[in-house]
Amino acid sequence: MATITLETVRKSYGKTEVIHGVDLDVADGELIVIVGPSGCGKSTLLRMVAGLETVTSGRISIDGRVVNDLEPRERDIAMVFQNYALYPHMSVRANLAYGLKIAKLPKDEIARRVAKASALLQIDPYLDRKPRQLSGGQRQRVAMGRAIVREPAAFLFDEPLSNLDAKLRVQMRMEIKTLQRELGTTSLYVTHDQVEAMTMADRVVVMNGGIAEQIGAPLDLYRNPASTFVAGFIGSPPMNFIDPALLGGDDGGRVGTMGIRPEDLVLTTPENGTLEGTVAFCEALGADTLVHLRLKDDSLLILRTDGDPLEPGAAFGATFAASALMSFDPSGKRI
Amino acid sequence: MQKRVTFHNRWLPYLLVAPQVLVTLVFFFWPAGQAVWQSMYLPDPFGLSSEFVGAENFTYLFEDPYYRASFITTAVFSTLVTLASMSVALLLAVMADRVIKGSGAYRTLLIWPYAVAPAVAGVLWLFMFNPSIGVATYWLKGLGYDWNHVLNGTEAMGLVVAASAWKQVSYNFLFFLAGLQAIPKSVIEAAAIDGASFARRFWTIVFPLLSPTTFFLLVVNVVYAFFETFAVIHTITGGGPQQDTNILVYKVFKDGFVGQDLGSSAAQSVILLFLVGILTVIQFRFIERRVHY
Repeated sequence: MATITLETVRKSYGKTEVIHGVDLDVADGELIVIVGPSGCGKSTLLRMVAGLETVTSGRISIDGRVVNDLEPRERDIAMVFQNYALYPHMSVRANLAYGLKIAKLPKDEIARRVAKASALLQIDPYLDRKPRQLSGGQRQRVAMGRAIVREPAAFLFDEPLSNLDAKLRVQMRMEIKTLQRELGTTSLYVTHDQVEAMTMADRVVVMNGGIAEQIGAPLDLYRNPASTFVAGFIGSPPMNFIDPALLGGDDGGRVGTMGIRPEDLVLTTPENGTLEGTVAFCEALGADTLVHLRLKDDSLLILRTDGDPLEPGAAFGATFAASALMSFDPSGKRI
Repeated sequence: MQKRVTFHNRWLPYLLVAPQVLVTLVFFFWPAGQAVWQSMYLPDPFGLSSEFVGAENFTYLFEDPYYRASFITTAVFSTLVTLASMSVALLLAVMADRVIKGSGAYRTLLIWPYAVAPAVAGVLWLFMFNPSIGVATYWLKGLGYDWNHVLNGTEAMGLVVAASAWKQVSYNFLFFLAGLQAIPKSVIEAAAIDGASFARRFWTIVFPLLSPTTFFLLVVNVVYAFFETFAVIHTITGGGPQQDTNILVYKVFKDGFVGQDLGSSAAQSVILLFLVGILTVIQFRFIERRVHY
């Protein structure tokens, strides 16, 4: 159980700064998801907390103790890697016990903890197998088990579900979330998948280009994005961005773009619509259909409807409640 | 899955393997057969005729204390060469693996000795350790040690081992480095987070994962120490002083071409052939089991 605090943490490789000062307070027992596109620095940030990368400037504290200059093993953390990083020459049991043996725990205590973790993760039948004899999902569980048995102050997850197939990913993310809540261990979880961020996080950190663009509860980010980047990254399909000129509301260049979520748009006849366009194509997802309208300026507008797919080429209008419209200044900040 | 190739002409496959078969026949089976044949004959001093003596060459060899001593010498020599060249190479590879800046230059320099011909390497070490004019001998004298490998058998052994191992370090280094770089970085990082110190990570994670490389190099190095160190021994000690560095391969040459005892020399080659066969089988049978692929 611990808190994690990051104070203006920066990271440079030579002269190139990749993380430009990130501040973050993680409360005890909280699950924080750091999400962002490739190369935004999210994994580097996590590896700095783990002690696998040095901190160029700023301070990282775990449970009130500054860990900048501590070795990974002195930080009382456990990490789950994207490729699981299991020890290939050891049995599952030995993989789980490795850290405990190094910590010189008594034999019966090691056995007790391994048994507990393997029961929790349902990997009992595989304890004597080698990692290569396991499926991806089973390996993932072993990697989780290796983190759990150590009973660390914090869990660090580095895109742990990226190597799993879509169905298993949905199942595992709920399992990780449930497990984390049961154990109450403070966790940092890095992913590029905004759905994982939305479904798992107590709070989400959206990273972009080495800075934390916005930190907040998943639904807060969804309803009140601070920038076009967050608005476009959180939510699927992403928010529509519309040239203010199309809405006739140009007020001297103060507003750069207007944003509206696909589910806030309603399809109507061309005459009644605030926006009008022709159907470019439709994606029927079963429960609902995504209609892509081509607007006058040739941009695409996505609408989420619950009807059947529409004929391409047909002319339609789109309306929305004024409260659903968000304005962003030319630099992308929310007004 | 193996693909079966179908040939329309039934002679074409034989034609295609013919060069390899020919090379093996001419350069292996013929001389090996010749050796087996000759090992059962005793030529007269002028080489004009030879007499069939059956296994007499062999029984004579095993009663010869010099030959038995050569076995011990070979065992000591190849064990030392293999151990020295592999451990030094592993140490260098582990260090090179950690170097980030200028690693290319560092590696190139470490690989250079491999390009030196064995005889040249031997002469190089011979000059350095020459009892009267060698640089290393001079330094050792400065430290109060009187080096003379021409008279001292232990020193002679040390010198041929050093020269032979030095030449093989580059080769081992390359393979160890490749082996180290094939280990996923995250596995090492996981061990670091699990609390393992550098030494502990090395012995519990890195070394076991390197075992396929280590096993391969073990076989290669033993064969190297047995056969390919001839030039080094020939240039540095010529098997001496006394018989102290007279390893089996060198004895085959010395007894046969210097001593003109072709029958005994042939018998020694046959014994060597079996020895290497047995060694290889042992290595694959017993050591490979402990290798984690």
